[in-house]
Amino acid sequence: MNEQSSPSVRERIERNTKRRGMTKLTETLMPNVFLICAIISILTTIGIIITLISETLSFFQAVSIIEFMMSSEWYPLHNDASYGIRPLLTGTLVIAFIAMCIAIPFGLASAIFLSEYASDKTRRTVKPILEVLAGVPTIVYGFFALTFVTPILQHLIPSLSIYNALSPGIVVGIMIIPMVASLSEDAMSAVPDSLRQGAFALGSTRLEVAVKVVLPAAFSGIIASFVLAVSRAIGETMIVTVAGGANPTASIDITSAVQTMTAYIVQISLGDAGYGTTEYYSIYAVGMTLFIFTLIMNLLAHFISKRFREVY
Amino acid sequence: MLAELKKPAVETRIHAQTANNKRDVYQIDQLNLWYGADQALKNIDMKIAENEITAVIGPSGCGKSTFIQTLNRMTELIPSVRTSGSIYYRSQNIFDKSFRVEQLRTKVGMVFQKPNPFPKSIFENVVYGPKIHGIKDKRLLADIAEKSLKGAALWEEVKDRLKENATGLSGGQQQRLCIARCLAVEPDVILMDEPTSALDPISTLKIEELVTELKEKYSIVMVTHNMQQAARVSDKTAFFLNGEVIEYDETARMFSSPRDSRTEGYISGRFG
Repeated sequence: MNEQSSPSVRERIERNTKRRGMTKLTETLMPNVFLICAIISILTTIGIIITLISETLSFFQAVSIIEFMMSSEWYPLHNDASYGIRPLLTGTLVIAFIAMCIAIPFGLASAIFLSEYASDKTRRTVKPILEVLAGVPTIVYGFFALTFVTPILQHLIPSLSIYNALSPGIVVGIMIIPMVASLSEDAMSAVPDSLRQGAFALGSTRLEVAVKVVLPAAFSGIIASFVLAVSRAIGETMIVTVAGGANPTASIDITSAVQTMTAYIVQISLGDAGYGTTEYYSIYAVGMTLFIFTLIMNLLAHFISKRFREVY
Repeated sequence: MLAELKKPAVETRIHAQTANNKRDVYQIDQLNLWYGADQALKNIDMKIAENEITAVIGPSGCGKSTFIQTLNRMTELIPSVRTSGSIYYRSQNIFDKSFRVEQLRTKVGMVFQKPNPFPKSIFENVVYGPKIHGIKDKRLLADIAEKSLKGAALWEEVKDRLKENATGLSGGQQQRLCIARCLAVEPDVILMDEPTSALDPISTLKIEELVTELKEKYSIVMVTHNMQQAARVSDKTAFFLNGEVIEYDETARMFSSPRDSRTEGYISGRFG
Protein backbone atom coordinates (compact mmCIF):
# COMPACT_ATOMS: atom_id res chain seq x y z
CA MET A 1 0.00 0.00 0.00
CA ASN A 2 1.03 3.50 -0.67
CA GLU A 3 1.70 5.11 2.67
CA GLN A 4 1.41 8.69 1.54
CA SER A 5 -2.02 8.46 -0.07
CA SER A 6 -3.66 6.41 2.67
CA PRO A 7 -3.22 7.48 6.29
CA SER A 8 -2.09 4.85 8.78
CA VAL A 9 -4.54 3.28 11.16
CA ARG A 10 -3.10 5.31 14.00
CA GLU A 11 -3.72 8.55 12.10
CA ARG A 12 -7.26 7.53 11.28
CA ILE A 13 -7.98 6.76 14.89
CA GLU A 14 -6.54 10.08 16.00
CA ARG A 15 -8.65 11.92 13.49
CA ASN A 16 -11.76 10.10 14.64
CA THR A 17 -11.03 10.81 18.27
CA LYS A 18 -11.62 14.49 17.62
CA ARG A 19 -15.02 13.71 16.24
CA ARG A 20 -15.99 11.77 19.32
CA GLY A 21 -17.35 14.84 21.06
CA MET A 22 -20.75 13.70 19.77
CA THR A 23 -20.19 10.33 21.30
CA LYS A 24 -19.70 11.99 24.65
CA LEU A 25 -23.16 13.53 24.48
CA THR A 26 -24.83 10.24 23.62
CA GLU A 27 -22.76 8.54 26.30
CA THR A 28 -24.31 10.77 28.95
CA LEU A 29 -27.75 10.95 27.35
CA MET A 30 -28.41 7.29 26.71
CA PRO A 31 -28.13 6.07 30.32
CA ASN A 32 -30.87 8.54 31.23
CA VAL A 33 -33.10 7.26 28.43
CA PHE A 34 -32.59 3.74 29.69
CA LEU A 35 -33.28 4.86 33.25
CA ILE A 36 -36.56 6.52 32.24
CA CYS A 37 -37.71 3.36 30.47
CA ALA A 38 -36.92 1.36 33.59
CA ILE A 39 -38.70 3.86 35.81
CA ILE A 40 -41.87 3.72 33.69
CA SER A 41 -42.44 0.07 34.47
CA ILE A 42 -41.68 0.62 38.14
CA LEU A 43 -44.08 3.59 38.25
CA THR A 44 -46.79 1.52 36.60
CA THR A 45 -46.41 -1.14 39.28
CA ILE A 46 -46.52 1.47 42.01
CA GLY A 47 -49.62 3.01 40.37
CA ILE A 48 -51.36 -0.34 40.32
CA ILE A 49 -50.54 -0.96 43.95
CA ILE A 50 -51.77 2.49 44.98
CA THR A 51 -55.07 2.02 43.10
CA LEU A 52 -55.48 -1.42 44.63
CA ILE A 53 -54.83 -0.14 48.14
CA SER A 54 -57.05 2.96 47.92
CA GLU A 55 -59.99 1.13 46.37
CA THR A 56 -59.54 -1.70 48.83
CA LEU A 57 -59.69 0.82 51.66
CA SER A 58 -62.97 2.18 50.24
CA PHE A 59 -64.28 -1.37 50.30
CA PHE A 60 -63.31 -1.84 53.91
CA GLN A 61 -65.22 1.32 54.87
CA ALA A 62 -68.40 -0.52 53.85
CA VAL A 63 -67.44 -4.02 54.94
CA SER A 64 -65.48 -4.88 58.04
CA ILE A 65 -62.16 -6.60 57.49
CA ILE A 66 -63.22 -9.19 60.07
CA GLU A 67 -66.26 -10.15 58.03
CA PHE A 68 -64.06 -10.27 54.93
CA MET A 69 -61.62 -12.67 56.52
CA MET A 70 -63.91 -14.69 58.79
CA SER A 71 -67.29 -15.06 57.08
CA SER A 72 -67.68 -18.22 55.07
CA GLU A 73 -70.26 -16.77 52.70
CA TRP A 74 -69.78 -14.68 49.61
CA TYR A 75 -73.05 -13.26 48.30
CA PRO A 76 -72.15 -9.80 47.00
CA LEU A 77 -75.20 -9.54 44.72
CA HIS A 78 -77.82 -10.44 47.31
CA ASN A 79 -79.90 -7.80 49.02
CA ASP A 80 -78.43 -9.04 52.24
CA ALA A 81 -74.88 -9.12 50.87
CA SER A 82 -72.16 -11.11 52.58
CA TYR A 83 -68.48 -10.61 51.86
CA GLY A 84 -66.43 -13.48 53.20
CA ILE A 85 -63.37 -14.16 51.04
CA ARG A 86 -63.11 -17.80 52.14
CA PRO A 87 -65.28 -19.35 49.39
CA LEU A 88 -63.26 -17.60 46.69
CA LEU A 89 -60.02 -18.50 48.43
CA THR A 90 -61.11 -22.12 48.74
CA GLY A 91 -62.06 -22.25 45.05
CA THR A 92 -58.72 -20.76 44.08
CA LEU A 93 -56.65 -23.05 46.28
CA VAL A 94 -58.57 -26.18 45.25
CA ILE A 95 -57.93 -25.40 41.59
CA ALA A 96 -54.28 -24.60 42.30
CA PHE A 97 -53.89 -27.84 44.28
CA ILE A 98 -55.40 -29.99 41.51
CA ALA A 99 -53.23 -28.18 38.99
CA MET A 100 -50.06 -28.85 40.98
CA CYS A 101 -51.00 -32.53 41.36
CA ILE A 102 -50.86 -32.68 37.57
CA ALA A 103 -48.04 -30.25 36.87
CA ILE A 104 -45.43 -31.40 39.41
CA PRO A 105 -45.18 -35.10 38.45
CA PHE A 106 -45.52 -34.54 34.70
CA GLY A 107 -43.39 -31.42 34.63
CA LEU A 108 -40.62 -32.90 36.73
CA ALA A 109 -40.63 -36.16 34.79
CA SER A 110 -40.38 -34.24 31.51
CA ALA A 111 -37.54 -32.18 32.95
CA ILE A 112 -35.63 -35.30 34.04
CA PHE A 113 -36.17 -36.87 30.63
CA LEU A 114 -35.04 -33.77 28.76
CA SER A 115 -32.05 -33.05 30.94
CA GLU A 116 -30.76 -36.54 31.73
CA TYR A 117 -31.95 -38.91 29.02
CA ALA A 118 -32.80 -37.08 25.84
CA SER A 119 -30.16 -36.66 23.17
CA ASP A 120 -29.21 -33.15 22.20
CA LYS A 121 -31.33 -33.42 19.09
CA THR A 122 -34.42 -34.59 20.96
CA ARG A 123 -34.01 -31.84 23.52
CA ARG A 124 -33.68 -29.23 20.81
CA THR A 125 -36.92 -30.43 19.21
CA VAL A 126 -39.01 -31.16 22.29
CA LYS A 127 -38.26 -28.10 24.39
CA PRO A 128 -39.54 -25.55 21.84
CA ILE A 129 -42.69 -27.66 21.40
CA LEU A 130 -43.26 -27.59 25.15
CA GLU A 131 -42.79 -23.86 25.14
CA VAL A 132 -45.33 -23.48 22.33
CA LEU A 133 -47.79 -25.25 24.63
CA ALA A 134 -47.17 -22.44 27.10
CA GLY A 135 -48.07 -19.91 24.40
CA VAL A 136 -51.57 -21.25 23.72
CA PRO A 137 -54.09 -18.56 24.75
CA THR A 138 -55.74 -19.50 28.02
CA ILE A 139 -59.24 -19.02 26.60
CA VAL A 140 -58.49 -21.94 24.29
CA TYR A 141 -57.55 -24.02 27.31
CA GLY A 142 -60.81 -22.88 28.92
CA PHE A 143 -62.94 -24.26 26.13
CA PHE A 144 -60.74 -27.34 25.98
CA ALA A 145 -61.63 -27.91 29.65
CA LEU A 146 -65.34 -27.22 29.18
CA THR A 147 -66.00 -29.05 25.92
CA PHE A 148 -63.41 -31.82 25.95
CA VAL A 149 -62.15 -32.65 29.43
CA THR A 150 -65.41 -32.19 31.31
CA PRO A 151 -67.43 -34.59 29.07
CA ILE A 152 -64.70 -37.23 29.40
CA LEU A 153 -64.64 -36.81 33.15
CA GLN A 154 -68.43 -37.05 33.24
CA HIS A 155 -68.13 -40.53 31.76
CA LEU A 156 -65.87 -41.48 34.65
CA ILE A 157 -67.70 -39.56 37.36
CA PRO A 158 -71.40 -39.43 36.47
CA SER A 159 -72.22 -37.02 39.30
CA LEU A 160 -69.86 -34.39 37.89
CA SER A 161 -71.64 -31.18 37.03
CA ILE A 162 -70.93 -29.26 33.82
CA TYR A 163 -69.12 -26.59 35.79
CA ASN A 164 -66.74 -28.08 38.32
CA ALA A 165 -63.34 -27.62 39.93
CA LEU A 166 -61.76 -30.83 38.67
CA SER A 167 -61.74 -30.16 34.96
CA PRO A 168 -60.31 -26.61 35.02
CA GLY A 169 -57.89 -27.76 37.74
CA ILE A 170 -56.54 -30.48 35.48
CA VAL A 171 -56.33 -28.15 32.51
CA VAL A 172 -54.58 -25.41 34.50
CA GLY A 173 -52.17 -28.17 35.49
CA ILE A 174 -51.62 -29.11 31.86
CA MET A 175 -51.09 -25.47 31.04
CA ILE A 176 -48.32 -25.06 33.61
CA ILE A 177 -46.52 -28.35 32.85
CA PRO A 178 -44.28 -26.58 30.31
CA MET A 179 -43.40 -23.95 32.87
CA VAL A 180 -42.41 -26.51 35.49
CA ALA A 181 -40.64 -28.64 32.88
CA SER A 182 -38.77 -25.79 31.29
CA LEU A 183 -37.64 -24.09 34.52
CA SER A 184 -36.72 -27.39 36.19
CA GLU A 185 -34.85 -28.46 33.09
CA ASP A 186 -32.92 -25.20 33.15
CA ALA A 187 -32.00 -25.84 36.78
CA MET A 188 -30.94 -29.43 36.06
CA SER A 189 -28.97 -28.52 32.95
CA ALA A 190 -27.10 -25.97 35.03
CA VAL A 191 -25.72 -28.79 37.18
CA PRO A 192 -22.18 -29.25 35.87
CA ASP A 193 -21.38 -32.44 33.98
CA SER A 194 -18.42 -33.03 36.28
CA LEU A 195 -20.88 -34.01 39.03
CA ARG A 196 -22.60 -36.50 36.75
CA GLN A 197 -19.23 -37.93 35.74
CA GLY A 198 -18.24 -38.22 39.39
CA ALA A 199 -21.41 -40.17 40.10
CA PHE A 200 -21.11 -42.36 37.00
CA ALA A 201 -17.51 -43.13 37.91
CA LEU A 202 -18.70 -44.56 41.23
CA GLY A 203 -20.91 -47.05 39.42
CA SER A 204 -24.20 -45.13 39.49
CA THR A 205 -26.91 -45.93 36.98
CA ARG A 206 -28.48 -43.15 34.95
CA LEU A 207 -31.50 -43.06 37.24
CA GLU A 208 -29.30 -42.85 40.34
CA VAL A 209 -27.36 -39.99 38.80
CA ALA A 210 -30.60 -38.17 37.97
CA VAL A 211 -32.35 -38.74 41.30
CA LYS A 212 -29.50 -38.76 43.81
CA VAL A 213 -27.08 -36.24 42.33
CA VAL A 214 -28.72 -33.97 39.77
CA LEU A 215 -32.10 -33.48 41.51
CA PRO A 216 -30.61 -32.54 44.89
CA ALA A 217 -28.07 -30.27 43.22
CA ALA A 218 -30.83 -28.53 41.24
CA PHE A 219 -33.25 -28.59 44.17
CA SER A 220 -33.56 -24.86 44.71
CA GLY A 221 -34.29 -24.17 41.05
CA ILE A 222 -36.85 -26.96 40.93
CA ILE A 223 -38.68 -25.76 44.04
CA ALA A 224 -38.63 -22.23 42.68
CA SER A 225 -40.25 -23.52 39.50
CA PHE A 226 -42.99 -25.18 41.57
CA VAL A 227 -43.67 -22.02 43.52
CA LEU A 228 -43.82 -19.90 40.38
CA ALA A 229 -46.19 -22.48 38.89
CA VAL A 230 -48.45 -22.27 41.97
CA SER A 231 -48.42 -18.52 41.61
CA ARG A 232 -49.41 -18.89 37.96
CA ALA A 233 -52.19 -21.34 38.85
CA ILE A 234 -53.59 -19.00 41.50
CA GLY A 235 -53.61 -16.10 39.06
CA GLU A 236 -55.07 -18.11 36.16
CA THR A 237 -58.36 -16.57 35.04
CA MET A 238 -59.89 -17.65 31.75
CA ILE A 239 -59.85 -21.41 32.25
CA VAL A 240 -61.57 -21.21 35.61
CA THR A 241 -64.04 -18.60 34.42
CA VAL A 242 -65.07 -20.70 31.44
CA ALA A 243 -65.08 -24.16 33.00
CA GLY A 244 -65.26 -23.63 36.76
CA GLY A 245 -68.65 -22.00 37.09
CA ALA A 246 -69.67 -19.11 39.33
CA ASN A 247 -70.60 -20.69 42.60
CA PRO A 248 -68.55 -19.38 45.51
CA THR A 249 -68.53 -22.12 48.10
CA ALA A 250 -66.34 -22.77 51.10
CA SER A 251 -66.90 -26.51 50.94
CA ILE A 252 -64.29 -28.57 49.19
CA ASP A 253 -66.13 -30.53 46.51
CA ILE A 254 -64.20 -30.91 43.30
CA THR A 255 -67.17 -32.27 41.37
CA SER A 256 -69.39 -29.20 41.71
CA ALA A 257 -69.09 -25.64 40.51
CA VAL A 258 -66.76 -23.24 42.28
CA GLN A 259 -65.64 -19.68 41.85
CA THR A 260 -62.08 -18.45 42.12
CA MET A 261 -60.94 -14.97 43.00
CA THR A 262 -60.02 -14.28 39.40
CA ALA A 263 -63.31 -15.60 38.03
CA TYR A 264 -65.19 -13.37 40.45
CA ILE A 265 -63.27 -10.33 39.27
CA VAL A 266 -64.20 -11.21 35.67
CA GLN A 267 -67.86 -11.65 36.59
CA ILE A 268 -68.12 -8.26 38.29
CA SER A 269 -65.97 -6.43 35.71
CA LEU A 270 -68.28 -7.63 32.95
CA GLY A 271 -70.87 -5.25 34.27
CA ASP A 272 -72.86 -6.88 37.02
CA ALA A 273 -72.07 -4.06 39.42
CA GLY A 274 -72.34 -0.31 39.03
CA TYR A 275 -69.41 2.00 39.65
CA GLY A 276 -69.02 3.10 43.26
CA THR A 277 -71.08 0.29 44.74
CA THR A 278 -69.71 -2.03 47.37
CA GLU A 279 -69.71 -4.91 44.87
CA TYR A 280 -67.62 -2.76 42.59
CA TYR A 281 -65.07 -2.07 45.32
CA SER A 282 -65.08 -5.71 46.32
CA ILE A 283 -63.18 -6.67 43.19
CA TYR A 284 -60.30 -4.53 44.43
CA ALA A 285 -60.32 -6.24 47.79
CA VAL A 286 -60.30 -9.60 46.01
CA GLY A 287 -57.63 -8.33 43.63
CA MET A 288 -55.55 -7.20 46.59
CA THR A 289 -55.84 -10.63 48.19
CA LEU A 290 -54.80 -12.22 44.92
CA PHE A 291 -51.92 -9.81 44.60
CA ILE A 292 -50.69 -10.55 48.10
CA PHE A 293 -50.81 -14.28 47.41
CA THR A 294 -48.89 -14.15 44.14
CA LEU A 295 -46.45 -11.63 45.60
CA ILE A 296 -45.70 -13.94 48.52
CA MET A 297 -45.27 -16.85 46.13
CA ASN A 298 -42.90 -14.94 43.88
CA LEU A 299 -40.88 -13.66 46.82
CA LEU A 300 -40.74 -17.20 48.18
CA ALA A 301 -39.48 -18.51 44.84
CA HIS A 302 -36.88 -15.78 44.75
CA PHE A 303 -35.81 -16.47 48.33
CA ILE A 304 -35.57 -20.23 47.76
CA SER A 305 -33.52 -19.92 44.63
CA LYS A 306 -31.16 -17.45 46.34
CA ARG A 307 -30.90 -19.03 49.75
CA PHE A 308 -30.61 -22.66 48.75
CA ARG A 309 -28.69 -22.29 45.55
CA GLU A 310 -25.79 -24.69 45.41
CA VAL A 311 -22.42 -23.33 44.53
CA TYR A 312 -20.75 -25.92 42.41
CA MET B 1 -13.71 -62.82 42.51
CA LEU B 2 -13.88 -66.53 41.98
CA ALA B 3 -13.07 -66.34 38.30
CA GLU B 4 -9.73 -64.74 39.07
CA LEU B 5 -8.72 -67.32 41.61
CA LYS B 6 -9.33 -70.13 39.18
CA LYS B 7 -7.02 -68.86 36.50
CA PRO B 8 -3.55 -68.52 37.91
CA ALA B 9 -1.96 -70.38 34.99
CA VAL B 10 -3.13 -67.97 32.32
CA GLU B 11 -2.44 -64.97 34.49
CA THR B 12 1.13 -65.98 35.19
CA ARG B 13 1.80 -66.51 31.55
CA ILE B 14 0.63 -63.00 30.75
CA HIS B 15 2.64 -61.57 33.60
CA ALA B 16 5.81 -63.33 32.85
CA GLN B 17 6.45 -60.53 30.45
CA THR B 18 6.26 -57.86 33.10
CA ALA B 19 9.52 -57.44 34.90
CA ASN B 20 8.45 -57.82 38.52
CA ASN B 21 6.11 -60.75 38.14
CA LYS B 22 2.96 -58.94 39.11
CA ARG B 23 -0.44 -59.81 37.73
CA ASP B 24 -2.08 -57.59 35.18
CA VAL B 25 -5.32 -55.78 35.91
CA TYR B 26 -5.74 -54.69 32.33
CA GLN B 27 -4.80 -56.16 29.03
CA ILE B 28 -5.59 -53.93 26.08
CA ASP B 29 -5.68 -55.42 22.60
CA GLN B 30 -5.84 -53.39 19.42
CA LEU B 31 -7.92 -50.62 20.94
CA ASN B 32 -9.15 -48.00 18.49
CA LEU B 33 -11.46 -45.13 19.31
CA TRP B 34 -13.15 -42.52 17.16
CA TYR B 35 -14.95 -39.32 18.03
CA GLY B 36 -17.24 -39.18 15.01
CA ALA B 37 -14.79 -39.33 12.13
CA ASP B 38 -11.69 -38.38 14.14
CA GLN B 39 -9.62 -41.26 15.37
CA ALA B 40 -8.36 -40.49 18.86
CA LEU B 41 -6.77 -43.84 19.75
CA LYS B 42 -4.91 -46.04 17.31
CA ASN B 43 -4.13 -49.72 17.83
CA ILE B 44 -3.28 -49.52 21.49
CA ASP B 45 -1.73 -52.66 22.96
CA MET B 46 -0.85 -52.41 26.64
CA LYS B 47 -0.79 -54.37 29.83
CA ILE B 48 -1.28 -52.64 33.14
CA ALA B 49 0.10 -54.38 36.20
CA GLU B 50 -1.51 -54.47 39.60
CA ASN B 51 -0.21 -52.53 42.59
CA GLU B 52 1.77 -50.28 40.36
CA ILE B 53 1.45 -46.71 39.28
CA THR B 54 1.26 -46.42 35.54
CA ALA B 55 1.76 -42.90 34.27
CA VAL B 56 0.37 -41.80 30.94
CA ILE B 57 2.15 -38.81 29.47
CA GLY B 58 2.03 -36.94 26.20
CA PRO B 59 1.21 -33.56 24.71
CA SER B 60 -2.33 -32.12 24.79
CA GLY B 61 -4.71 -33.86 22.46
CA CYS B 62 -2.63 -37.03 22.22
CA GLY B 63 -5.47 -39.18 23.52
CA LYS B 64 -4.17 -39.87 27.02
CA SER B 65 -7.35 -38.71 28.80
CA THR B 66 -9.48 -40.53 26.26
CA PHE B 67 -7.42 -43.63 26.93
CA ILE B 68 -7.96 -43.78 30.67
CA GLN B 69 -11.61 -42.85 30.28
CA THR B 70 -11.97 -45.86 28.05
CA LEU B 71 -10.69 -48.07 30.88
CA ASN B 72 -13.91 -47.48 32.86
CA ARG B 73 -16.02 -46.83 29.77
CA MET B 74 -16.64 -43.19 30.69
CA THR B 75 -16.10 -42.35 27.03
CA GLU B 76 -19.49 -43.93 26.34
CA LEU B 77 -21.16 -40.89 27.85
CA ILE B 78 -20.16 -39.02 24.70
CA PRO B 79 -22.70 -40.01 22.04
CA SER B 80 -20.39 -39.88 19.00
CA VAL B 81 -17.77 -42.27 20.39
CA ARG B 82 -17.07 -45.57 18.65
CA THR B 83 -14.51 -48.14 19.77
CA SER B 84 -13.02 -51.34 18.39
CA GLY B 85 -10.66 -53.87 19.90
CA SER B 86 -10.83 -55.25 23.41
CA ILE B 87 -9.91 -54.32 26.93
CA TYR B 88 -9.64 -57.20 29.37
CA TYR B 89 -10.11 -56.19 32.97
CA ARG B 90 -9.17 -59.15 35.16
CA SER B 91 -9.57 -61.35 32.08
CA GLN B 92 -13.08 -60.14 31.26
CA ASN B 93 -13.68 -58.08 28.16
CA ILE B 94 -15.25 -54.86 29.38
CA PHE B 95 -16.95 -54.35 26.01
CA ASP B 96 -18.86 -57.62 26.35
CA LYS B 97 -22.61 -57.14 26.28
CA SER B 98 -22.93 -59.18 29.46
CA PHE B 99 -20.48 -56.96 31.32
CA ARG B 100 -22.34 -54.37 33.36
CA VAL B 101 -20.76 -50.98 33.11
CA GLU B 102 -21.87 -50.03 36.65
CA GLN B 103 -19.99 -53.03 37.99
CA LEU B 104 -16.86 -52.03 36.08
CA ARG B 105 -17.02 -48.48 37.40
CA THR B 106 -17.48 -49.75 40.94
CA LYS B 107 -14.31 -51.81 40.61
CA VAL B 108 -12.45 -49.11 38.73
CA GLY B 109 -12.67 -45.76 40.46
CA MET B 110 -11.81 -42.45 38.91
CA VAL B 111 -10.43 -39.14 40.12
CA PHE B 112 -10.92 -36.21 37.77
CA GLN B 113 -8.83 -33.27 36.70
CA LYS B 114 -10.95 -30.75 38.53
CA PRO B 115 -12.19 -31.77 41.97
CA ASN B 116 -15.90 -32.55 41.61
CA PRO B 117 -17.38 -33.08 45.06
CA PHE B 118 -21.17 -33.29 45.15
CA PRO B 119 -22.85 -30.25 46.72
CA LYS B 120 -23.59 -32.30 49.82
CA SER B 121 -21.89 -32.67 53.19
CA ILE B 122 -18.37 -34.10 53.41
CA PHE B 123 -19.80 -37.23 55.00
CA GLU B 124 -22.49 -37.68 52.33
CA ASN B 125 -19.87 -37.30 49.63
CA VAL B 126 -17.77 -40.13 50.99
CA VAL B 127 -20.64 -42.53 51.63
CA TYR B 128 -22.40 -41.81 48.31
CA GLY B 129 -20.83 -44.84 46.63
CA PRO B 130 -21.48 -47.34 49.42
CA LYS B 131 -25.04 -46.02 49.72
CA ILE B 132 -25.96 -46.47 46.08
CA HIS B 133 -24.52 -49.96 46.30
CA GLY B 134 -26.98 -50.79 49.04
CA ILE B 135 -25.04 -50.27 52.29
CA LYS B 136 -27.49 -48.74 54.77
CA ASP B 137 -26.08 -49.56 58.22
CA LYS B 138 -25.28 -46.20 59.83
CA ARG B 139 -22.38 -47.49 61.96
CA LEU B 140 -20.81 -49.19 58.97
CA LEU B 141 -21.18 -46.04 56.85
CA ALA B 142 -19.52 -43.99 59.59
CA ASP B 143 -16.66 -46.49 59.69
CA ILE B 144 -16.32 -46.40 55.92
CA ALA B 145 -16.24 -42.61 55.97
CA GLU B 146 -13.51 -42.52 58.61
CA LYS B 147 -11.43 -45.20 56.94
CA SER B 148 -11.72 -43.63 53.49
CA LEU B 149 -10.94 -40.13 54.72
CA LYS B 150 -7.92 -41.50 56.62
CA GLY B 151 -6.92 -43.35 53.46
CA ALA B 152 -7.04 -40.08 51.56
CA ALA B 153 -5.06 -38.26 54.32
CA LEU B 154 -7.96 -35.89 54.95
CA TRP B 155 -9.42 -37.21 58.19
CA GLU B 156 -7.49 -34.99 60.58
CA GLU B 157 -8.51 -31.87 58.68
CA VAL B 158 -12.24 -32.60 58.43
CA LYS B 159 -13.16 -34.94 61.28
CA ASP B 160 -14.87 -32.17 63.23
CA ARG B 161 -16.90 -30.84 60.32
CA LEU B 162 -18.17 -33.86 58.46
CA LYS B 163 -21.62 -32.29 58.24
CA GLU B 164 -20.39 -29.19 56.47
CA ASN B 165 -20.81 -28.74 52.76
CA ALA B 166 -17.91 -30.16 50.79
CA THR B 167 -17.80 -27.16 48.49
CA GLY B 168 -16.37 -25.13 51.39
CA LEU B 169 -13.11 -27.10 51.34
CA SER B 170 -9.98 -25.88 49.59
CA GLY B 171 -9.15 -27.23 46.13
CA GLY B 172 -6.54 -29.66 47.47
CA GLN B 173 -8.89 -30.87 50.20
CA GLN B 174 -11.68 -31.30 47.67
CA GLN B 175 -9.43 -33.43 45.51
CA ARG B 176 -8.48 -35.62 48.48
CA LEU B 177 -12.19 -35.83 49.30
CA CYS B 178 -12.80 -37.09 45.77
CA ILE B 179 -10.08 -39.68 46.34
CA ALA B 180 -11.75 -40.65 49.63
CA ARG B 181 -15.10 -40.93 47.83
CA CYS B 182 -13.43 -43.21 45.35
CA LEU B 183 -11.77 -45.34 48.09
CA ALA B 184 -15.07 -45.76 49.93
CA VAL B 185 -16.32 -48.40 47.50
CA GLU B 186 -12.99 -50.25 47.87
CA PRO B 187 -12.12 -50.31 44.20
CA ASP B 188 -9.44 -52.43 42.59
CA VAL B 189 -8.06 -49.84 40.21
CA ILE B 190 -7.99 -46.06 40.50
CA LEU B 191 -7.81 -43.98 37.35
CA MET B 192 -6.54 -40.45 37.81
CA ASP B 193 -6.94 -37.91 35.08
CA GLU B 194 -4.38 -35.17 35.80
CA PRO B 195 -5.40 -35.15 39.46
CA THR B 196 -3.08 -32.32 40.43
CA SER B 197 -3.31 -30.00 37.45
CA ALA B 198 -5.78 -27.68 39.19
CA LEU B 199 -3.87 -27.65 42.48
CA ASP B 200 -1.11 -25.60 44.08
CA PRO B 201 2.36 -27.18 44.60
CA ILE B 202 1.81 -28.08 48.26
CA SER B 203 -1.49 -29.81 47.57
CA THR B 204 0.16 -31.50 44.61
CA LEU B 205 2.89 -32.85 46.84
CA LYS B 206 0.33 -34.18 49.29
CA ILE B 207 -1.59 -35.95 46.53
CA GLU B 208 1.64 -37.42 45.16
CA GLU B 209 2.60 -38.79 48.58
CA LEU B 210 -0.89 -40.17 48.91
CA VAL B 211 -0.78 -41.85 45.52
CA THR B 212 2.51 -43.52 46.41
CA GLU B 213 0.91 -44.92 49.57
CA LEU B 214 -2.21 -46.02 47.73
CA LYS B 215 -0.35 -48.31 45.38
CA GLU B 216 0.14 -50.77 48.22
CA LYS B 217 -3.53 -51.61 47.93
CA TYR B 218 -4.64 -50.33 44.55
CA SER B 219 -3.48 -50.31 40.97
CA ILE B 220 -3.26 -46.78 39.70
CA VAL B 221 -3.28 -45.35 36.21
CA MET B 222 -2.47 -41.67 36.19
CA VAL B 223 -2.54 -39.21 33.34
CA THR B 224 -0.18 -36.33 33.93
CA HIS B 225 1.09 -33.31 32.09
CA ASN B 226 3.92 -33.01 34.52
CA MET B 227 6.91 -35.14 33.55
CA GLN B 228 8.63 -34.67 36.89
CA GLN B 229 5.50 -36.02 38.49
CA ALA B 230 5.54 -39.07 36.26
CA ALA B 231 9.22 -39.58 37.07
CA ARG B 232 8.66 -39.10 40.81
CA VAL B 233 5.70 -41.37 41.42
CA SER B 234 5.20 -43.89 38.64
CA ASP B 235 6.58 -47.36 38.11
CA LYS B 236 5.81 -47.51 34.43
CA THR B 237 5.22 -44.78 31.92
CA ALA B 238 3.38 -44.79 28.62
CA PHE B 239 4.14 -42.02 26.16
CA PHE B 240 1.23 -41.18 23.88
CA LEU B 241 1.48 -39.16 20.70
CA ASN B 242 -1.35 -38.57 18.22
CA GLY B 243 -3.38 -41.42 19.64
CA GLU B 244 -0.59 -43.98 19.54
CA VAL B 245 1.58 -45.46 22.24
CA ILE B 246 5.08 -44.50 21.19
CA GLU B 247 6.85 -46.04 24.13
CA TYR B 248 5.79 -47.95 27.22
CA ASP B 249 8.38 -49.03 29.73
CA GLU B 250 9.69 -48.87 33.27
CA THR B 251 9.67 -45.21 34.24
CA ALA B 252 13.29 -45.16 35.39
CA ARG B 253 14.45 -46.68 32.16
CA MET B 254 12.31 -44.53 29.92
CA PHE B 255 13.46 -41.33 31.53
CA SER B 256 17.14 -42.30 31.54
CA SER B 257 17.38 -43.87 28.10
CA PRO B 258 14.30 -43.49 25.92
CA ARG B 259 14.29 -45.78 22.92
CA ASP B 260 12.32 -43.55 20.59
CA SER B 261 13.63 -40.17 19.54
CA ARG B 262 10.12 -38.68 19.90
CA THR B 263 9.97 -39.81 23.50
CA GLU B 264 13.34 -38.28 24.11
CA GLY B 265 12.22 -35.07 22.47
CA TYR B 266 9.13 -34.88 24.66
CA ILE B 267 10.64 -35.75 28.01
CA SER B 268 13.59 -33.47 27.47
CA GLY B 269 11.14 -30.68 26.77
CA ARG B 270 11.93 -30.10 23.11
CA PHE B 271 8.25 -30.23 22.17
CA GLY B 272 4.80 -30.63 23.67
